[in-house]
Amino acid sequence: MSAAPGSTGRVARAVPSLVPLVVVTAIAEIAVRAGWVKAYLVPAPSSVLKAMIESRQELIGALLTTSTSALIGFLMSTLGGVAIAVFLSSSRTIQKAFYPYAVFFQTVPIIAIAPLLVIWFGYGTQTVVASAFIVSIFPVIANTLSGILSTDPALRDLFRLYGASTPVTLFKLRFPAALPQILTGLRVASGLAVIGAIVGEFIGGQGLGSVVDSARTQQRVDKVFAAVLLASVLGLALFGLINLVSHLTLRRWHASEQE
Amino acid sequence: MQPANTRSGVASGDAAKFGVAVALAGVRRVFEPSTVVIERFDLNIAAGEFVAILGPSGCGKSTLLRMIAGLLETTDGSITLKPLLERGHTSFVFQDAHLLPWRTVLDNVGLPLELMGVPAGDRGKKARSVLEQVGLAGVEDRYPAQLSGGMKMRVSLSRALVTEPRLLLLDEPFAALDEITRFKLDSQLRTLWRERGMTVIFVTHSISEAAFLANRAVVLGRRGGRIKLDHTVDLPERTEELRMDPRYGQEMKSLLAAMEEE
Repeated sequence: MSAAPGSTGRVARAVPSLVPLVVVTAIAEIAVRAGWVKAYLVPAPSSVLKAMIESRQELIGALLTTSTSALIGFLMSTLGGVAIAVFLSSSRTIQKAFYPYAVFFQTVPIIAIAPLLVIWFGYGTQTVVASAFIVSIFPVIANTLSGILSTDPALRDLFRLYGASTPVTLFKLRFPAALPQILTGLRVASGLAVIGAIVGEFIGGQGLGSVVDSARTQQRVDKVFAAVLLASVLGLALFGLINLVSHLTLRRWHASEQE
Repeated sequence: MQPANTRSGVASGDAAKFGVAVALAGVRRVFEPSTVVIERFDLNIAAGEFVAILGPSGCGKSTLLRMIAGLLETTDGSITLKPLLERGHTSFVFQDAHLLPWRTVLDNVGLPLELMGVPAGDRGKKARSVLEQVGLAGVEDRYPAQLSGGMKMRVSLSRALVTEPRLLLLDEPFAALDEITRFKLDSQLRTLWRERGMTVIFVTHSISEAAFLANRAVVLGRRGGRIKLDHTVDLPERTEELRMDPRYGQEMKSLLAAMEEE
């Protein structure tokens, strides 16, 4: 490309990903207006936008509530997942004994146990956070563990040779070496935390999940779409945040962040 | 402070006292369930000697080196170092550079000192001075991803030298480099050994490298670490001209003969 790198280049790079959005939105608008699709099944993008503006106060409040819960659940998964992975990595026996139970987080049908969470934690934030946490912790555990366990054996020898203790080896070698994989786990977990929060809110909380639920019962498909759209944007924002952290920490040394 | 007699197997003068003597007696190593890698191995290495251990892949030479470093237990037998070494007195150079990619060159070289608890100021000073010795001044702030293969290996060598080791163990360190770079590093290693007088054990499968570097070459058989030849390499000081010298060719010939004999 002959243009100088900078803002023009950045805009040019964003164009390909915007094309499908514009095209799909336009097709949806035309399809609904032409009557090919019933408006009570799929609302026209323009009416979703209208619903968004009309209910902006309710939606912004709901978005903040969901964001808070998803973020707390996600942070708990991050800390808990990394801690559990460190524990599991300490010996093969411990791994054999406990790893199968960690997989439980992966397989648990969150929709089915959400009512249980309400019984344990009551209606409100706690249930929602618990739901976000349960759904999002497994990818953190799995990726961190795999990262820690695949540390270069030669470097482990090097640390042993100079008498490094287990905690020193963990913080100066195993964690940094596992960082790219930990971040991969966090990327997956960020999306799951939003899903977990929405599910929790369906059953026992405020926020976008409960907006979706109540709009559905009122046949307000446009409002359902507006809330779903905001939930997706929230997921994207979290994902973008992890990518930013990844870029800042890995850009100097990891192939995944180098051009 | 270069020793006058560079033809003998041991660096002379004070330097020789700096190195460490290594005695392996009846060393045996079995890997589970029953693969015998090293069978009753005896070898005495004098303080300040530069020994090449030469052998085909899978002959147990790396296992031997890891046992001398204390990174691997012997199944039987003993390995004695005289005098007993403290932390940091043994350094190991691996087959590839194995740098920490998230650290700068300077912090990679300073790592062993950091692990030993040396304060940051001293670390930086020592790391800089070693980097200068291997001809890498000016790249302290770069990351390993920005270096060529030869530069990475030199950083790895600097990391091993920064603790001023009395025993330097190298496991086919230059095998992955192109020949010109390897020649340069060979010469540099020789010079460092002459200046410092540490004991060097250099594992390789390259006959030309063993003959060029070492004062003593130990050729191992294909199985069990049997010593086929223990040979003093009698060559004048190792300059690039030596590579064309018929005497060098003669040394390679005798090593090759030992390698090929069954």
